[in-house]
Amino acid sequence: MTELRLWLARSYGLLLSIVVFIVMFALYFGNFSTDDPAAVILSAANTGVLLALVAMAQTVPVLTAGLDLSVGMIFIMTNCIASALVVGTPLQVAAGTVAVILSGCAAGFVNGAIVVWGRLQPIIATLATSAIYIGIALLIRPVPGGDVDGDLADFLTGQVFEVVPVGLIFLVAVVLFIWVPFRMSVLGRGCYAAGSAEGAAYMSGVDIARSKFAAYVLSGLFAGLAGLMQTFNTYTGEASAPSGGLYTLNSIAAVVIGGTSLFGGSGGAVGSIFGAFILRTIVSLLFVFDMPPLWQPLFQGVVLLLAVSLGAARVLRIRNRLELFS
Amino acid sequence: MPAILKSVDRPVLIAFCFIIVMLLAGSLYSSNFLSPEYLLQQLKIASFLGIIASGAMLVILLGHIDLSIPWVVTVGGMMSTAAGGWWGPTGEAMAMPFGMACGLVFGLVNGLGIAYLRIPSMIFTLGINAVAQGLMVLHTGGFAPQDHATAFMHWVAVESTVFGIPNAAFVWLIVGAAIVFMLRRTPLGRYIYAFGNRESATYLSGVNTRAVLIGCFALSGMLSALAGVLLAGYSNKSFQAMGDPYLLPAIAAVVLGGTNILGGRGTYLGTVAGVILIVLLQSILAVMQMQEAFRQMIYGVVIVAMLLVYGRGAKVHG
Amino acid sequence: MADGSMPLWRMTGVSKRYGGVTALDNVDFSCAAARIHAVLGENGAGKSTLIKIIAGVVQPDSGTMELDGRPVTFRSPAEATRAGIVCIFQELSLMPDLTVADNISITRPPGRWGFINPLAQRRRAEELLARLGCEDVHPTELVKNLPLSRRQMIEIAKALGRNPKILILDEATSALTAADVQKVYAVLRKLRDDGLAILYISHRMQEIAELADDCSVFRNGRHIQTFAKGTKNDDEIVELMIGREYKHVYPAKPARAAATEPMVRIENLSWGDRLQDISLAIGRGEIVGLGGLDGQGQRELLLALFGVLRGITGRVTIDGRTQRIGSPRQAKSPAIGMALIPEDRKTEGLMLPMSVRDNASMAAIAALTRGVIVDRKAEAARIDEMIQKLAIKVGDLANPVATLSGGNQQKVVIAKWLMTNARVVLLNDPTRGIDVGTKQEIYQLLRNLADAGTTILFYTTDYDELVGCCDRVAILYDGRILRELKGADITERNIVASALNLPLEARDSRAAAPA
Repeated sequence: MTELRLWLARSYGLLLSIVVFIVMFALYFGNFSTDDPAAVILSAANTGVLLALVAMAQTVPVLTAGLDLSVGMIFIMTNCIASALVVGTPLQVAAGTVAVILSGCAAGFVNGAIVVWGRLQPIIATLATSAIYIGIALLIRPVPGGDVDGDLADFLTGQVFEVVPVGLIFLVAVVLFIWVPFRMSVLGRGCYAAGSAEGAAYMSGVDIARSKFAAYVLSGLFAGLAGLMQTFNTYTGEASAPSGGLYTLNSIAAVVIGGTSLFGGSGGAVGSIFGAFILRTIVSLLFVFDMPPLWQPLFQGVVLLLAVSLGAARVLRIRNRLELFS
Repeated sequence: MPAILKSVDRPVLIAFCFIIVMLLAGSLYSSNFLSPEYLLQQLKIASFLGIIASGAMLVILLGHIDLSIPWVVTVGGMMSTAAGGWWGPTGEAMAMPFGMACGLVFGLVNGLGIAYLRIPSMIFTLGINAVAQGLMVLHTGGFAPQDHATAFMHWVAVESTVFGIPNAAFVWLIVGAAIVFMLRRTPLGRYIYAFGNRESATYLSGVNTRAVLIGCFALSGMLSALAGVLLAGYSNKSFQAMGDPYLLPAIAAVVLGGTNILGGRGTYLGTVAGVILIVLLQSILAVMQMQEAFRQMIYGVVIVAMLLVYGRGAKVHG
Repeated sequence: MADGSMPLWRMTGVSKRYGGVTALDNVDFSCAAARIHAVLGENGAGKSTLIKIIAGVVQPDSGTMELDGRPVTFRSPAEATRAGIVCIFQELSLMPDLTVADNISITRPPGRWGFINPLAQRRRAEELLARLGCEDVHPTELVKNLPLSRRQMIEIAKALGRNPKILILDEATSALTAADVQKVYAVLRKLRDDGLAILYISHRMQEIAELADDCSVFRNGRHIQTFAKGTKNDDEIVELMIGREYKHVYPAKPARAAATEPMVRIENLSWGDRLQDISLAIGRGEIVGLGGLDGQGQRELLLALFGVLRGITGRVTIDGRTQRIGSPRQAKSPAIGMALIPEDRKTEGLMLPMSVRDNASMAAIAALTRGVIVDRKAEAARIDEMIQKLAIKVGDLANPVATLSGGNQQKVVIAKWLMTNARVVLLNDPTRGIDVGTKQEIYQLLRNLADAGTTILFYTTDYDELVGCCDRVAILYDGRILRELKGADITERNIVASALNLPLEARDSRAAAPA
């Protein structure tokens, strides 16, 4: 029983986000009059999965007490690359898919190298690299266009067993085969250690550099998968900087809502997935409750501001003001 | 001569050298690159970026960053063009101050959130940017019957009166002079550098560090909005996302000018050099007919390179 | 060595300097396997530098070290750990957001191919905790939810898990309950019997008496003597700890005038569990010292007075008026007129890259401003005045303050505050890491200020300073004022005894009740 109690205490943030999501989605679903509920779920799933993957990408650097402002642009960049490469013969499609994923990892590699070896602040480093990635995206797709393999796209954005969106299965697979192993590895735990108390981790002999590096590469991987899925959804590549920026901001909010601490050391990708779905459901709720479209961006902006602020406000816990400066 | 050179930061010197290199390179591409008309046009464009970079510099000197620049610029543009529509002739007369005041409000909100709630500036200003966007979408969706710039705004942004020097450049000059004065001759200037160097020691010296922070963010908001007003004057209208192209170049200019991204070090002269450098870079890329893609990549690479050379964190362990 | 066998660890001629200060001076030290070896000494005696060198955290400037007869050098704590030397420092090396099991097996956890086997890790944690009698700690509990005493036990479990040959404990039992302490002793004795060498730093005489087989006393960075258990009594040990080669010459203390209304009156000041019900009165022109072991609340008391801490209860009266001081800015204001010379001049007192001039005028600049513009001439004049008064050795005032020596840097910090004409000056260990000559000057300065009417509250880890400078000394223990010493009662023996929570000698046992 203690086990359960302890697990509940540890996973408080995650559980809360799951409950909130279920409540909100029920609210949405209940108020959405439609003759095709499966289609509603599918559409919600497909948009949700995109943000969920980007949120997972943001989670890993945040665990190390960093932040990655380039996840949105990596998402855009891989979307454009996919729209160019994931077409043609099955072999080309397979090769293209691999190339897209590798390009995401490469972007993560660059971020990791600058932050770990260059010892630059993650925020400013990833702000700068985000420009590089959108530049590459613009190079490939100065105007929206391209194509993607129809069969693969239809499959991944479709349903099996009449109701279950394939995208969700894909998400679950990513969690099971990529996130969970990482979490259970020495590298993954090193990320938590570095975020929780970097000095203590070093004193204890943890290889912080390697873990942080892995965090950024993994981040690029997840963002790359998101870009790939986006291509399957839209059949095009679009180098839209505003879209990338919006995804980045939403990913930070999703991470916070999902219970991961912006100061590092606690949380996880699963919580961020639910945080992402909550954010998406909020948008859907606005639509269902007939909020005038003009008010929606403001509402979203306020929600995002509140979410990131609540996650980052330190003032409430500090009793020695001197500690605020460390 | 050597004494003067010594008193100037190394990065600033390097920046000025690069400016000369740029000018020469540009002239190779296009014969009228070095012509007065073209250079003055560049100066005009540089003024807009320069005003934004001034505000960005103050915040960066503190060791913080203002990511709400894009939409606060837009707020400045939109609010100033709307003033005429809302309040008739009085509105038109007050267009510029009104636009600036709106930017000031956003800056204050930024400062309060960061100073009192201790939310990291990059996160809070990112959120405020989104809120500003939401407000502007709301605004343009139905409220503003007029989005034209006033004649005055246009005159300031586009015309040149004294010796053919653009009026906008004079605005930049005034802003720059005020900032240099503040940084070098007032206590606030000392507090800003001290804050950026070591906030804890500044706090323990009995300085009102909160006020310093709020003040700098307020100024940054106001200056971003001022630039937005001028930009609206330049194109005779305000439009969505008009501030988006200015965030990265502003930060790049500040960093290129030798201001340390961690705070506490940097001169206004350096920022001026950085702005000119960026504008020249932009125009060379345009002359070479390089696409937007390369421009973005170059910004990113330049910032990273400058940071690696000047802004690295200390080796924490060992 | 007591039994003449080959020592497990031997250091010869080891020295370490930090800037102008000698932390260790030509130290020969050794310890044997299967013995518990205590290291004793005042603050600044060199104990922590000694163990940092043994544990690989810092490298010595000179000397040799041998483990098991073989010469060794350690470039990092990880290397020392691999060689079998494990150290438990005062600052715990635990990650608060990770579980107990994760922390205990943070390096080289059970598992294969880079993955962690959580069940095996749990079992390992359970075993190690059981060895310490800590079965009540659940391996999947997050460390941050555990009290400090439990965390220290986990730290010890973690160290045990590394199979050390030499186990070093630096004040490792300071937060433990009495029952836990006994458990740890039992474990340490068992480990000793199993052949480990244990190095034990503590200030608690009772612990040393119970536990140690051998005892080494350090003083001023030198190894004074090593003796076996039972061969010396408490008095003789204290004697070894406090002997001095260099006697500072302190300025004369004036006879105290009849008690007047105190300038600073502190009543029932409390802050969390770090400060408990502190009451103290300081008169105008009086120098009151705060003594006691590190971390008993002295630093917190000064910060509390200066407005840095939130959630203070109690009353502070300055010059007859009750004040609620909520920030250093308020403390500095003319109505209160307080100044704080902080503990760490590099991170709290100075902006190192900025010029000497900018640093010196940072606190008083508002007063030197005409309208909005800084009056540079007035500023320069005031700074020159300070440089003369404090004899600060500085070349160009525009040079970064980082180029000055430690002593001169501290003088700049003091100058900064003197420029505000403060009435109450708080000092947080002002002479730590400073050369002898500058220390002398600071003592004279404090006395001059006091004679001119400034009220001074002064925390130092150097007991000799307390004796030499202070009119009164309040010893803190566990966040309370244990004892106040006045006049002739201020002796190093009394201070050391009070700090160790020992009773004073019979003839001096007039323990003055706190005012």
